[in-house]
Amino acid sequence: MKKFLTAILFAPLLALAAGPELHLDRAPDKANDMAALQNGAKIFVNYCLNCHSASYMRYSRLKDIGLSDTQIRDNLLFTADKVGEPMKIAMQRAEAKAWFGVAPPDLTIITRARASEFGSGADWVYTYLRTFYRDETRPTGWNNVVFANVGMPHALWELQGEQAMGEDHKLKVVKPGKLKPQEFDAMVGDLVAYLKYMGEPVAEFRKQLGVIVLIFLTVFFVFAYALKREYWKDIH
Amino acid sequence: MSKMNAILQGTLNWVDERFPLTSLWKEHLAEYYAPKNFNFWYFFGSLALLVLVLQIVTGIVLTMHFKPDASLNASGVPVAFASVEYIMRDVPWGWLVRYMHSTGASAFFFVVYMHMFRGMLYGSYRKPRELIWIFGMIIFLALMAEAFFGYLLPWGQMSFWGAQVIVNLFSAIPFIGPDLSLWLRGDYVVGDATLNRFFAFHVIAVPMVLLGLVAAHIIALHEVGSNNPDGVEIKKKKDANGIPLDGIPFHPYYTVKDIVGVIVFLMVFSVILFFMPEFGGYFLEYNNFFPADPLVTPLHIAPVWYFTPYYSILRAVTYPLFGIDAKFWGVVAMGASTLIIALLPWLDRSPVKSIRYRGPLYKGFLTAFIASFLILGYLGMLGPTPVRTIVAQICSVIYFAFFLLMPIYSSLDKCQPEPDRVTSK
Repeated sequence: MKKFLTAILFAPLLALAAGPELHLDRAPDKANDMAALQNGAKIFVNYCLNCHSASYMRYSRLKDIGLSDTQIRDNLLFTADKVGEPMKIAMQRAEAKAWFGVAPPDLTIITRARASEFGSGADWVYTYLRTFYRDETRPTGWNNVVFANVGMPHALWELQGEQAMGEDHKLKVVKPGKLKPQEFDAMVGDLVAYLKYMGEPVAEFRKQLGVIVLIFLTVFFVFAYALKREYWKDIH
Repeated sequence: MSKMNAILQGTLNWVDERFPLTSLWKEHLAEYYAPKNFNFWYFFGSLALLVLVLQIVTGIVLTMHFKPDASLNASGVPVAFASVEYIMRDVPWGWLVRYMHSTGASAFFFVVYMHMFRGMLYGSYRKPRELIWIFGMIIFLALMAEAFFGYLLPWGQMSFWGAQVIVNLFSAIPFIGPDLSLWLRGDYVVGDATLNRFFAFHVIAVPMVLLGLVAAHIIALHEVGSNNPDGVEIKKKKDANGIPLDGIPFHPYYTVKDIVGVIVFLMVFSVILFFMPEFGGYFLEYNNFFPADPLVTPLHIAPVWYFTPYYSILRAVTYPLFGIDAKFWGVVAMGASTLIIALLPWLDRSPVKSIRYRGPLYKGFLTAFIASFLILGYLGMLGPTPVRTIVAQICSVIYFAFFLLMPIYSSLDKCQPEPDRVTSK
């Protein structure tokens, strides 16, 4: 009876829940794959960190993903002098706005901001970076499936090649790039894994600590419950 | 050892001659007699106190590093927004303190809603506990203000636009509205002036009011004594020493019991904090990871989950009345929906207090009320459509009918007789 009532009460909600759909591909989970994260950091510094800053992220933090100070300094430190500095860029925001129509956003926490009911922020960026296509009506010559009329050109086009939007609303490679489609997807997967790491560097440690805290609380619970039982023995 | 005891006793006597320490301890803990039949629902009072302390302690640490400054830094990010990320990354354990505070905000509302619902289940607001209920309602209003002011501080997109929408509501008031909202913001749009004054309210003004009210709430409770799941007065049956037969000292019985409740609560709290701090976008809205941008209005501005039932009621009012805009009446309805809860002690005419002895009428109305509250809460998170608006209107009518019709259905209801003494399972 109760179940029936609940069903009646909440049935209208099903009709209300429908909305426009956004299909996102699932980003591969590489949160604990140090080689992938390091490769992602390399791609980020080489392809993204010229127009986009990551101003809350310090280079030195990359030690989290298994790099040494020397490795960071020799291979990744393009936009700062010291490893303790944040990943800022030299481009002026006013100029960037004049060039692209909008200043490229800071990417430190982009995977947190782009999460939605359609998928994680990593899914969004993973799909976004793989769905640029040629569109001569746009000032940059590029358009995007996930982010219509985006101001950003396809920064990875040399690697992916050029795609075109077919009559059937599906993307086709019209000019192959340096990488095969699978290789390109894997590379974007590494980059997105790095972006996700950068969005919350403490995330993996947070989960490990959570397990310890819960074990502690479980032990504490056993003793607290035993104490309560002992005191309450004489209450009826 | 006995010398040690003598020194301690001497010190205590010295204090007691100057401050009523021992009598306070007895009055509020060791000799405060609470009914022995408290159940699950009675954990949420002490949990609310725990979360209050948690919010104050974590809040103090956060103010040490947070900067209420809306100006842009060299990277074009508002200083306030960047300072939150600084706390998340560069302040040792800052992420933990910040997540405790953000999870604590939602936990506070969850605990307080459960605490209020307990009061409704067992008629805890009925005579002689009307003032406890009134104090509690003012605490609830202060808590909503506290949450609203605090939500602006991270200076994300939802912070900014949420504050913009809510402050603009005041502009719907005839004649004084536009000037009033300007006065509240301190600027023509939500800006640095707004951020600074909201910070002042969030960290000083409202917490002070909250602490005073919580003290009044507890003092009033300890004056009349706690209600219980049977809704009968334990003070009516006392032993030769004047101690209620069904009463047990709060300390140690309920202190040891509440510790168990605290641990279970902390386990749930930790699962959220450590494994899903955004809680699917309900505790930390995704769009709030974009810094505030006055030039980009989000497609969909939704308040945090604990405000959504009232927000739905606000949006459900779509008819202008007496030549005044529908928005104004929406604001009136929203205000009324929170204030009307305070009138429960005078709306309820039932001969019994507890749901255990109430009749089918009250149970039916209460079920409809809970369902309408949850549906309104759900709808408040979504954008409006014509169908959703109609559903919200129906639910709003049910919401108010629960209160306004209560004097009728609660007195007509076929109740069962209350027992003489509390019952235990």
